[in-house]
Amino acid sequence: MSDFKPRIVAFVCNWCTYAGADLTGTSRMKYSPQVTIIRFPCTGRIDFMLLLKAFANGADGIIVSGCHPNDCHYSSGNFHARRRWIVFRALLDFLGIDVRRVQFSWVSAAEGAKWAQLVNATSESIRQLGPFSGFHRLRGLGVE
Amino acid sequence: METLANIARELLAAGTVQTVIGYGHGSGEAALTRTHTQTQARAVFIRDVAKAGSLIFDASCQQNLAVYLMKPEVRRLGKAALVATPAALRTILQLAAENQVSDHDLLALAVNGQGEVALLATLAAIEAHVAALDNDLKPGEIAELQKYAALDLEQRRQFWEEQFSRCLKCYACRGACPLCYCSRCTVECNQPQWIPVPAHDLGNLEWNVMRAMHLAGRCVNCGDCSRACPVGIPLHLLNQKLISEVLDNFDSRSGMAAKADNAMSTFKPDDPEDFIR
Ligand code: SF4
Ligand code: SF4
Repeated sequence: MSDFKPRIVAFVCNWCTYAGADLTGTSRMKYSPQVTIIRFPCTGRIDFMLLLKAFANGADGIIVSGCHPNDCHYSSGNFHARRRWIVFRALLDFLGIDVRRVQFSWVSAAEGAKWAQLVNATSESIRQLGPFSGFHRLRGLGVE
Repeated sequence: METLANIARELLAAGTVQTVIGYGHGSGEAALTRTHTQTQARAVFIRDVAKAGSLIFDASCQQNLAVYLMKPEVRRLGKAALVATPAALRTILQLAAENQVSDHDLLALAVNGQGEVALLATLAAIEAHVAALDNDLKPGEIAELQKYAALDLEQRRQFWEEQFSRCLKCYACRGACPLCYCSRCTVECNQPQWIPVPAHDLGNLEWNVMRAMHLAGRCVNCGDCSRACPVGIPLHLLNQKLISEVLDNFDSRSGMAAKADNAMSTFKPDDPEDFIR
């Protein structure tokens, strides 16, 4: 278990967190390489089904991150997303799916250091939770 | 149910409505002997004054008839009078809030367990009627949710895995739901294929999460999805869980007003965010 390297998928918005993660890189800050970043126009576009698909395809943990409240490029996408996450988390928990597997965050374009901390902390907490075998065990037919 | 039949006759004779959507006796032997179970009433579409006498309302009449308001075949019949239980009244308001029905499309014949009938000619009248009802989850429903909340995570996972393992992907839950009315459902979308066609553990979970999420803040707790499910999956628990979350977090109830923001298509700047880093 100690050498388990979690697979983390990060769904981030183009305008804040993606730019923030870019800043982490251009500032030459090192952080956990276990994260695969997927860029979206806005957190408001991040459908809960995308999160489920990431888990189905082997993710052990997920980060969803976008602009801080009042900073959304589209003014309110992140506010709408926040409501959706509240309900989605409650549903996952009720279904017995560990919501610690999904870390939500606000990271601005100026917060390169926060992005590094977020990824490191999430990698560590997911590493401690171990592989998400409860979800990966669910089998499709392999044809989807 | 003479009152109901009389009102229906008057409405049809005066041309106020072209159809009365109500309950009639189902077919089959059991229906003839009147030993009721839930399944022996069925929807009837009365267009002819002479047939109004076949309308019934009793404990067997549970279906949320508002489901028919969204069917193109029924809409083509003109203005309808809908025999409506309290849940169906709330469905009408929710559909109105989603710009799906208006005063031109329908009026409601509100019925209740005491055998009372009220003619509600406008959405405003339906609003006033609904406002006087108790629209929250019943104590028994809340206790049931708490029972599951008290289980540990792994027990809940096992419970739902077992439940969903029986899902046939028949989509009767979707067909029965008056608020699942999209003419093109994501389920049929196959590029990409969001919900796999075969009924396997992964796809069944994905489907049931999607169904619950798409009804969050909209479901009126009529119970028709659970009643329709041929394998008895307690879908109402998922709906009721989200109803309680939407109320607790956003102070919002579905189906209370004909003009209202859906909980999930609006926001407050100070919505809870203690879970966000
Ligand atoms: S989800 Fe079920 S309980 Fe809710 S409105 Fe639809 S059919 Fe009724
Ligand atoms: S009605 Fe029941 S079996 Fe059919 S798709 Fe819905 S949950 Fe699955």
